[in-house]
Amino acid sequence: MDDLLFNLLLSVDATFRVATPLILCAMAGLFSERSGVVDIGLEGKMLAAAFAAAAVAAVTGSAWLALAAGMAVSVGLALLHGFACITHRGDQVVSGVAINILVSGLTVVLGIAWFARGGQTPSVSNEARFTPITWPGAEAVADVPIIGPLYSELLSGHNLLVYVAFLIVPLTWWVVYRTRFGLRLRAVGENPNAVDTAGISVSGLRYRAMICCGLLCGIAGTYLSIAQNAAFVRDMTAGQGYIALAAMIFGKWRPVPAMLACLMFGFLDAIAIRLQGVEVPVIGPIPVQLIQALPYVLTVVLLAGFIGRAVAPKASGIPYVKER
Amino acid sequence: MSDPRPRQQDGADRPASEAQSPPAIELRDIDKSFGPVRANKNVCLSVRPGAIHGIIGENGAGKSTLMSILYGFYEADRGEILIGGKQTRIRSSRDAIAAGIGMVHQHFMLVDNMSVVENIMLGAESGAILTSSVAAARAELERLERDYNLDVDPDALAGELPVGQQQRVEILKALYRGAEILILDEPTGVLTPQETEQLFRILDSLRKQGVTIVLITHKLREIMAVTDDVSVMRGGEMIAHRSTAETSKEELAELMVGRKVLLSIDKQAPQAGATVLAVEDLSFVDRAGVPRVDKVSFAVRAGEIVGIAGVSGNGQSELLELLSGIKPITSGGFSLMGERFSAGRSLDPAAMRDLKVAHVPEDRLRSGLVRTFAAEESAILGYHRDPAYTGRIFMDRDAIQQDCARKMADFDVRPQNPNLKTANFSGGNQQKLVLAREISRDPRLLLVGQPTRGVDIGAIEFIHRNIVSMRDAGSAVLLVSVELDEIMSLSDRILVMFEGRIVGEVPAHEANERLLGLMMANAAPERSGVAG
Repeated sequence: MDDLLFNLLLSVDATFRVATPLILCAMAGLFSERSGVVDIGLEGKMLAAAFAAAAVAAVTGSAWLALAAGMAVSVGLALLHGFACITHRGDQVVSGVAINILVSGLTVVLGIAWFARGGQTPSVSNEARFTPITWPGAEAVADVPIIGPLYSELLSGHNLLVYVAFLIVPLTWWVVYRTRFGLRLRAVGENPNAVDTAGISVSGLRYRAMICCGLLCGIAGTYLSIAQNAAFVRDMTAGQGYIALAAMIFGKWRPVPAMLACLMFGFLDAIAIRLQGVEVPVIGPIPVQLIQALPYVLTVVLLAGFIGRAVAPKASGIPYVKER
Repeated sequence: MSDPRPRQQDGADRPASEAQSPPAIELRDIDKSFGPVRANKNVCLSVRPGAIHGIIGENGAGKSTLMSILYGFYEADRGEILIGGKQTRIRSSRDAIAAGIGMVHQHFMLVDNMSVVENIMLGAESGAILTSSVAAARAELERLERDYNLDVDPDALAGELPVGQQQRVEILKALYRGAEILILDEPTGVLTPQETEQLFRILDSLRKQGVTIVLITHKLREIMAVTDDVSVMRGGEMIAHRSTAETSKEELAELMVGRKVLLSIDKQAPQAGATVLAVEDLSFVDRAGVPRVDKVSFAVRAGEIVGIAGVSGNGQSELLELLSGIKPITSGGFSLMGERFSAGRSLDPAAMRDLKVAHVPEDRLRSGLVRTFAAEESAILGYHRDPAYTGRIFMDRDAIQQDCARKMADFDVRPQNPNLKTANFSGGNQQKLVLAREISRDPRLLLVGQPTRGVDIGAIEFIHRNIVSMRDAGSAVLLVSVELDEIMSLSDRILVMFEGRIVGEVPAHEANERLLGLMMANAAPERSGVAG
């Protein structure tokens, strides 16, 4: 019994780690889509940030410089997306896909050119990473029943960016629902005409949303390469950007439900690892592939009807053309 | 961000009735071209402060362009704008708002899923954090609602309000920003007669409080009803300025169109013949289970026009679609020249056409024409299988082109070019094209929906005359329109629809706007002889 509880605890603990980049990316997508710009390029921005962070960490040995580099590169790509979609009114999906493809190739090319390790970056030492932080007293209370493991395993012992991700959620909520910027952001995604006639620049607002989106994707990418791992590996995002996008849609473009969706995906991922090789009576061992497919199967099932109709911001995906 | 509410301070130290106050708006030689098209030619306009000034003109006369220049959507190529006697440069909506100009657009600029308060303060928030802004906006909103008698629930979602209330929110938005000049672009297009009356009362009280109002419309009746002064635009030019008291509908119509226009239709008493269409308990329930057409019964005889009045969305559209074979009948049915149609018998528009039922759909761009087709193609849609147009395998392009040229000549469609893309014709000419297609086959039953929506006054006259001449030729005509004037002047009998039901019938000679308006809101006193 204790064993099961402990396993569950570890799964939840792992969930936090797996869900962190998803949450950051989902919040990034939320800013973008709430402003009316579809962002399928979360994946690409995150991957570019992961590479930039790992490269800077390897060269300078500073995690903070790495984080700054990751965010800068990601913001740059977000602005590129904005330039294509907002200024030139290009197709938002095409632009996003282009960014994903570009980054997927470019990171490997640059990786080979700079580090000559087949597209990987050299692994960085712990000083150049965001390493787990042990909370005061975690060791001491570890043996206290229930509270002990909760505190020492669940709350303590994550790296800084995990905490950042979970703080970003209420912050996003506050910005979107409680600030002037948030009010205008919500309005511009629903009816840009209303914003324009109120004397506010539609493009200006959307560019600002792009920057928010880039910053958050940058943190997510940095987390992947120098907090969760210690180097950049080609295509290391492995579709997490798309999962985050799906989670944001599950959450109906709202911060807290989107976070819960990310946690659900993270949890499925975490137990998938633990369930591998577990024997089930009658059936035998659960096939690994089945478990790995679970999050995606669930995505389809949930999207097909369990979450109700997801109503996107009305102007999402439509370039704003000033009407005559 | 400028202070959204300079109004109270400014208003206080200004003499209330200055004898020689400068015009609220003065436009001098405004010129604006879009490529080769000169939308405004040396337009001059002077609006007295505290007056309601109407600007009237046909579609494309340049009214909207002029107002867009005033509200900062465009910058004029040449010319000067003086607001309250001061030369002002307006390059964006923000400049216009700062100059005290507010605009109520034809299509409301509201965010549907936000509350009224949020909509009103959008762009004029008092600080970066909303909590205090909301409180300030709420207090100011209460004051405005009290001062101007504009009652709106500040916490309602804008998208869930009826259109009349949405319009009030738009007016409040402008007032909240301290507007002293209010421009309303075709404000009554979406309103019921009662809502229109309320709007006019609101405008009147705004005028009493010193707000200057510019009312853009193409409806002569409204100009006569509320304005103090009126300016007429035609072809991008300002044709005339009149004091409303010293002009007449007829004069304004002539100025708008540039020739004499018959506003009322001369028609003989109907020679009603045999029943062509008999509708019995016809019902249609939509997918959501809402009855859109609810046990409707009536008859239309040859040689008469039956008009269906009602606020848009009360089942008229669905009724037309049932009768033209587009939507399936849920229960009940109708007989057409003896042939019975009821639930279960699948209808299709082609079969109805073969029975000589012609249909001029309500929304010509959605279901009457294909915008990207050449006019000659749009002119045979639905009849394209006719052997006159088709060879054994290929379509007979020459025949189609000649046919279209003939229709264009008969119906005065301009420009008379069958190869021109449908989208490049004006609304009135597109409508004439649809009408030509449907009428030129001598239908037994003509179903007409909103025949003059977005159509110029000159074309309206033409379209109306054609509908009446169809009747005189012995066709049965069923007319659906939200324009009461149109219903009253064309119909021989008027049915009123409300929430899918027919709530009343009035012979045309007994109908007046007030009575129909009340019936449309289902608030009429019980009348004897009410059908349905």
